[in-house]
Amino acid sequence: MAEYMRSHMIADAQSGYCPGCLHALATRLVSDVIEELGQADNSLNVISVGCSALNILYWNGDFLSVAHGRAPAAATGVKRTNPERLVFAYQGDGDLAAIGLAEIMSAANRGENFTVIFANNQTYGMTGGQMAPTTLLGQKTTTTVYGRDAETTGYPMKMCELISTLEAPVFVARYALNSPKGIRDARAGIKKAFEYQLAGKGFTFVELLTNCPTNWKLSPLQTLEYMNTNTIPYFKPGVYKDKEAENV
Amino acid sequence: MGDIKFMKGNEAIAEAAVRAGCRFFAGYPITPQNEIPEYLSWRLPEVGGAYVQGESEIASINMVYGAAAMGARAMTSSSGPGISLKAEGISYLAAAMLPALIVNISRGGPGLGSIQPAQSDYLQATKALGHGGFHAMVFAPNSAQEAADLVYTAWDYAERDRNPVLLLMDGCLGNIMEEVQLPPMREMKDEDLPEWSLTRRNGRDYQGNITPIYTEPILEGINTMAGEMYKAWEEDDVKVEEFMLDDAEYVIVAYGIASRVAKEAVLRLRAEGHKIGLLRPITLFPFPKKQIRDLDYNRVKGIIDIEMTIPAQMREDIELQVKDRCPVYEYGRSGGCLLDDEGVYEAIGEILAGGENNG
Repeated sequence: MAEYMRSHMIADAQSGYCPGCLHALATRLVSDVIEELGQADNSLNVISVGCSALNILYWNGDFLSVAHGRAPAAATGVKRTNPERLVFAYQGDGDLAAIGLAEIMSAANRGENFTVIFANNQTYGMTGGQMAPTTLLGQKTTTTVYGRDAETTGYPMKMCELISTLEAPVFVARYALNSPKGIRDARAGIKKAFEYQLAGKGFTFVELLTNCPTNWKLSPLQTLEYMNTNTIPYFKPGVYKDKEAENV
Repeated sequence: MGDIKFMKGNEAIAEAAVRAGCRFFAGYPITPQNEIPEYLSWRLPEVGGAYVQGESEIASINMVYGAAAMGARAMTSSSGPGISLKAEGISYLAAAMLPALIVNISRGGPGLGSIQPAQSDYLQATKALGHGGFHAMVFAPNSAQEAADLVYTAWDYAERDRNPVLLLMDGCLGNIMEEVQLPPMREMKDEDLPEWSLTRRNGRDYQGNITPIYTEPILEGINTMAGEMYKAWEEDDVKVEEFMLDDAEYVIVAYGIASRVAKEAVLRLRAEGHKIGLLRPITLFPFPKKQIRDLDYNRVKGIIDIEMTIPAQMREDIELQVKDRCPVYEYGRSGGCLLDDEGVYEAIGEILAGGENNG
């Protein structure tokens, strides 16, 4: 039976994430897998802008903090000059699916040999809860006070579905962090993505459905239920692409 | 006599970069700089480097940011509209204290402007390459040879200062072919990697991090250090060519392509007995303040700013040093219309005859 220990990749400090936020869990899963793979010293975290940037304060491993939306571009420069390193970008939904849409799609299409961890909580948490590209229809935010309306704002972007249409990516999967099973599956998916990268197979993408109690204006427990009834039916968890499995 | 080639200015920049140890390039097509990415797309892989055609100028400068963080000698090139798009990334390079070379082969502006050569990006290059009040050293060569020589040393300055360097050259110089004596190939070794870089190849065994965001007191300290660095550049790093200035009563100030046309005018006017000379800034930032400030204004009757852009953009920097001790005149062409020998000669002739008064 595995011991449950504090990850050495995360600083021994009090988290600044809001109570009940799943970001801390997502970071924890990534750090666990890196340690399990013996990659603590070889990993490089490309930190994006948004709540994800708080990892500047907590991440004990090497990191490069970059401009909003540009993590896949910066990671391209990192990995092309240091192909032996385990490189991953950790991006939120505004960062990845709005301002950084060109960078994520193009890096995926080039088949860059790094991993993108995509934390999707359907809102711009850091700036106070504005509409994100992944905000659900009807979901209230500070810029959609009557709920998101498809007439004027379009529909929530499904990034796994989009990226899996590209030829180059080798692993594309989505997991929901609101249940023990979802957490276990996510851990296994992150591990597979990193293993593919270490084997030089190509671009890997793991979307993690997370929450935002503060800006959703729900208790932490209510956010987990909201995810069951609203988020998961639209953003369906699952493996969207696994080239290695296809080759079996 | 060494490695002499007949090359376009753009190609000379690309080859000199490779020989300076550049092993990463990312860029997006834009005229009139396309020979740089085209050349490097096949040349860099030959020497074990990486070339990436970015999906945009924005992505490209951020790829350079990533490579620079790993200690690689990295560069990008573009022209005015693309440099505007890179502005965010250049500011982040300065914030994260990362060395890199950015090349602007300039064209007519503003906006999409013209694909023909112009010197319309002086203010952008020297005053505000991006938000936040930072500067980069700005080199302004006036030949393919000088471009190669400056590129060859660019990373030495960039790494010394942990700050990006800009090479600003108009599309005319980028595309004319000239003889270039190429510098020798420099082999960068793993042990040459800067200690701050995020690579593990330099033997570092502690956590490495590079960030463009700071807590307030640290940022204030970084701003202060940068201010001191810019002052030190003025003392140590100004490059300028002085041509026939010793007895000059009129001094042309011109850089890049304008300086070549101006030099022809100086020779022609000298042959007619006019006491005229040329002061050519090779670094636009740091600007040759002292060289202009210390001219003998008992002798100098006028300064003539010649630029291939209208209105002249360097004029205010000149005027700040002249301090009203003599008139400052300007002449230029713009929008992709080229300066030519006859036009410059006639314009200066008019100024010397007192018929032009922009002072």
